[in-house]
Amino acid sequence: MTMSPIQQADQFFVTSQHRFVSYLPAEFQSLTSAILSVIAIVLVFALLFAITTVLERKGLGRIQNRYGPNRVGPAGFFQPLADGVKSLTKEDLVPRTADQMVHFLAPVLLVTAAFLAYAVLPVGRNMVLVNLNAGILYFFAVGSLVELAVFMAGWSSRNKYSLLGGMRAIAQMISYEVPLVLASVVVIMAAGSLSTVSIVDMQASYTGIWPHWFVFTPWGFAGFILFMIAATAESNRSPFDLPEGESEIIAGYYIEYSGFKFALFFLGEYLGMFATSGLAITLFLGGWAAPFSFLTWIPSYLWFFAKLLLLIVIFIWIRGTLPRLRMDQLMSFAWQFMLPMTLFNLFVAGVWHFMPSGIVRWLVCIALLVAPAILLSRSLKQGKKFAVRHYRFAE
Amino acid sequence: MTVTFLILAALTLAGTVAAMAMRNLIHCVLALTLGFAGLAALYLLLGAQFVGFTQILVYVGAVAILAVFVIMMTQSAIPAMQSIFSSFWVAGSVVAAAVFAVLAWAICRSGFASQVLPPVEAAVHPIGDALMHGYVLPLEIMGLLLTAAMIGAVVLAMHEKRRTP
Amino acid sequence: MSPLTGYLLLSALIFSVGLAGALTRRSAILVLIGIELMLNAANLNFIAFWRYGPNPQALTGIMFAIFSIGIAAAEAAVGLGIILAAYRHSKTTELDQMNSMKG
Repeated sequence: MTMSPIQQADQFFVTSQHRFVSYLPAEFQSLTSAILSVIAIVLVFALLFAITTVLERKGLGRIQNRYGPNRVGPAGFFQPLADGVKSLTKEDLVPRTADQMVHFLAPVLLVTAAFLAYAVLPVGRNMVLVNLNAGILYFFAVGSLVELAVFMAGWSSRNKYSLLGGMRAIAQMISYEVPLVLASVVVIMAAGSLSTVSIVDMQASYTGIWPHWFVFTPWGFAGFILFMIAATAESNRSPFDLPEGESEIIAGYYIEYSGFKFALFFLGEYLGMFATSGLAITLFLGGWAAPFSFLTWIPSYLWFFAKLLLLIVIFIWIRGTLPRLRMDQLMSFAWQFMLPMTLFNLFVAGVWHFMPSGIVRWLVCIALLVAPAILLSRSLKQGKKFAVRHYRFAE
Repeated sequence: MTVTFLILAALTLAGTVAAMAMRNLIHCVLALTLGFAGLAALYLLLGAQFVGFTQILVYVGAVAILAVFVIMMTQSAIPAMQSIFSSFWVAGSVVAAAVFAVLAWAICRSGFASQVLPPVEAAVHPIGDALMHGYVLPLEIMGLLLTAAMIGAVVLAMHEKRRTP
Repeated sequence: MSPLTGYLLLSALIFSVGLAGALTRRSAILVLIGIELMLNAANLNFIAFWRYGPNPQALTGIMFAIFSIGIAAAEAAVGLGIILAAYRHSKTTELDQMNSMKG
């Protein structure tokens, strides 16, 4: 089979893996290829974690009008190395009354669950660890293990703040898991498949130069926005970072973790964020597909990681911009806005499917989405007066 | 009877037995999640992918978390010093052992043929088809039941308002 | 021993463990969990019979398992709600201390 140079660049990792494996005896081949893929996933996303921490600290620094890390290496870009050395050499403290076994297992389970989710994410053409028939279900099933890990961390520390943080985190994650799943159901309905690979394949074609991404439909756009809000809450990031709201409960469920275990929590949290962003890309943003038909010569994995970095930058930007919500605001937002909107979105996706294509379909679907959004946000706002607040500073 | 089956069976049994025998209720639920995960893995081994993942999603993600929440709301941190078993535990264990004996006797007597079957895989698509065509009435009843259960649970768990101040 | 027998024996064991727990434990929550275990054992039977049965294309076993999981979820939600409500009345979840009909 001969491939053009473009295809060769695109399939470089796939073919080199095949070539490497073909030197081995037949009984080891499938095992070795699986292990190679796992190592690649672990290394790439751990590296992405390192890059993201620097980006986040520097970006937040810019937003908050300060420098951020700028001492280690060129422009502070070796900061993650220093952080890693620090967390590895720190003393690993475990409270005397803590439940030793559960306290130890919690970060391990968290990181394991976070890494497991990557098994079904297609990061490039033919680059997925397993093409599961029920891939999206697998993703959410693995994601629900994170809640258990958070609970174990919060409970086993025997600290009231970590317990409160754990309870908050679980309540928040359960509440936002419902809209997260419902927002992705529209795509499953449109694609008629739970397999991540076939969902991306459906979006990887073009009309003229424009791609067939699901985000370019009214329900897809609304679903993407709802999905990203729910994903922010799922990964406990600002403005939904109440579980670790340091002004109220110090650091939430990982107060009593130090050294490497704390680093594992940090890693698990970021890995969860990458995984849900990756799922959003797979579901709505065309996965590894290029945004225009004339850009398909760029290798597919580069597109995936470019989109992932874009979403990460958006996450950082939101974190630097929005203040933290209150617990009751968080809950009422989940149940009174997100849940009804995702259900409406399902309905709109059905309407879109059964209407003849044309401008009328667009108008009807947009109207059907905008009207409930306005009504629901009005009802959320009811009885509360918003005005410009004047703060008095100590002078 | 492959090695995989034996390992998973041992894991599941260890989880369930620990869930029923440990003193600390939270430990019980954590062991139970191990048992549920083992069962899900067994479903995957049998080729029922959809059921396996649903098992993890429902039992580990929802039922175990719910149980843990209720335990946290009802238990004090220090487990009570008294026995964890009720006063008639002897009779209970005898009944359970008798049930197992009868079941095992029936299973071993029935002599299922050990024919080698081609591997079956329940793809998601036929399951969805079946749910939407042949099983659509049970599905609707299921939805009704879940809605009723949700409302019931909310009503039960809500604080009762005092009628007399 | 055929694979089916292995699965059925495992399921019988899980069922008995669940039954033993439901009959002997004092905590109402663990009794509920024991009942869940018994339901799970039945699910394992359904899936095993579907896999090794004569007609796996019919998906009947899978359907039973799916509906059973749904019912178990509803049961757990209502059961735990009842336990919470009972706890508010009698300030305990130990079954042998909940011996009064008066609230």
